[in-house]
Amino acid sequence: MTELFGVPAPALFGQLLLGLINGAFYAILSLGLAVIFGLLNIINFTHGAQYMMGAFTAWMLLNWAGLGYWWALLLAPLLVGITGILIERLLLARLAGLDHLYGLLLTFGLALVIQGIFRNEFGSTGLPYAIPPELRGGQNLGFMFLPNYRAWVVVVSLAVCLATWLVIEKTRLGSYLRAATENPTLVQAMGIDVPKMVTLTYGFGVALAAFAGVLAAPIYQVSPLMGADLIIVVFAVVVIGGMGSILGSIVTGFGLGVIEGLTKVFWPQASSTVIFVIMAIVLLLRPAGLFGRAS
Amino acid sequence: MSAPLLEVEDLHAWYGEAHVLHGMRFAVREGEVVTLLGRNGAGKTTTLKAILGIVPRRTGSIRFRGRELVGLPPHRIARLGIAWCPEERGILASLTVLENLLLPPVVADGGLSLEAIFELFPNLRERLSSQGTKLSGGEQQMLAIARILRTGARLLLLDEPTEGLAPVIVQQIGRTIRRLKEAGFTILLVEQNFRFAARIADRHYIVEHGRVVDEIAAAEIGPGQERLVAYLAV
Ligand SMILES: Nc1ncnc2c1ncn2[C@@H]1O[C@H](COP(=O)(O)OP(=O)(O)O)[C@@H](O)[C@H]1O
Ligand SMILES: [Mg+2]
Repeated sequence: MTELFGVPAPALFGQLLLGLINGAFYAILSLGLAVIFGLLNIINFTHGAQYMMGAFTAWMLLNWAGLGYWWALLLAPLLVGITGILIERLLLARLAGLDHLYGLLLTFGLALVIQGIFRNEFGSTGLPYAIPPELRGGQNLGFMFLPNYRAWVVVVSLAVCLATWLVIEKTRLGSYLRAATENPTLVQAMGIDVPKMVTLTYGFGVALAAFAGVLAAPIYQVSPLMGADLIIVVFAVVVIGGMGSILGSIVTGFGLGVIEGLTKVFWPQASSTVIFVIMAIVLLLRPAGLFGRAS
Repeated sequence: MSAPLLEVEDLHAWYGEAHVLHGMRFAVREGEVVTLLGRNGAGKTTTLKAILGIVPRRTGSIRFRGRELVGLPPHRIARLGIAWCPEERGILASLTVLENLLLPPVVADGGLSLEAIFELFPNLRERLSSQGTKLSGGEQQMLAIARILRTGARLLLLDEPTEGLAPVIVQQIGRTIRRLKEAGFTILLVEQNFRFAARIADRHYIVEHGRVVDEIAAAEIGPGQERLVAYLAV
């Protein structure tokens, strides 16, 4: 069997793929957090619960309405995004101008409430969600076996991240968003309805989380706490990338997923802590994060 | 005489507990250049912000083309055709010069084309892909004025456009304001530099402690000048 750095090639590439998959979820989730933090100045601790809601919405659509994966990919972000819009209008909007801490407490409390409701309804054991028929099976690449669904997750996540980045960096809508992130009062005095933009941006960030949840449903089990563990790592990713940096969250998300995967190969004991170690080092050397602008 | 385009009456404004405007009262007619002159902290900037609806609290009456602005949200006020060039210029660092220029939405027909804007401010043409805040102070001021000319707004609120700029640039801004007046724009200009203001404005309102305390027409600027100097002297 071929070996690379003393490790069997299939094991190495297998972990690399796993790292890319995890990285894809880190990237989409931290991207949503970055967009929300940029404009709302709120650290959205509900994000993990909203990711979980995306997976559960896919499960409910399938089991209660007979709508499969592809419908879920479209409808779950929309439906969960609408709950996000309601949360922003009814709750977050009232926190405008208050200390960060209020937003943090509110979104953290909401996450607990939402997770509690789902645990009450569905129990804490995971529910299975099948891979859609079109994406079953895989490719033998010679050096490794590549499951189609995993390849799809990496590609579609990358596409969504890049599309979001392009919209924010290269379009007129994106220039409104960047401008309002920097100086909301000025942008509103130019005739742009900033409060509406804030609401829609929160809805969009939440929809991204739900989208990741649908992608995750066939890989992990659908369970009420699936987002709770993940989101802790995602916050570390956000800190490393630089709070609010769009490109930073994408690159850091994928990069850290890969680093984590490689650590599993070469030093398995450290794989669950490597991201936090990197976070500590980055905080020491570059407190604003790798891509953050020091303010 | 035509009805005023902008009519401010008994305008009060607060930042939290601080009561900053105490019954401002003035009017600007269509096509006029009118200044608010006064010392630092008199409430000139706050007056512009109150017109735009971006102070925390305001009472009184601000009518634009007969329409009451107090109570409207800021984005609706801008859409009526009022544009603002803030004292700190408000050039955005996360946007290029071109993006800064294209940022304010067009609110009415009749705004200047990009070509016309580059004719007024030739420097900007060369710098379109630079980051907005990489421009010199003078260029940033020109960009801040240029971007509101595109929108079709006919009332321009300019807050100390000459502050901290070199004399040649001050002259260029003076020429620009005169050309804008010829083109029919109405301008409410906040200034501390009364020599600059005296050359381009039709009338001056003197602001002290959040009130208009005097009005001086350009025609009486000879004898009025001493009064002006007295007001502005520290
Ligand atoms: N954001 C603010 N919060 C509290 N007080 C303010 C704020 N902005 C201005 N002020 C106060 O309001 C008064 C008027 O300020 P301003 O309108 O900026 O004066 P001017 O433009 O004439 O120099 C000053 O006393 C100033 O300290
Ligand atoms: Mg001022």
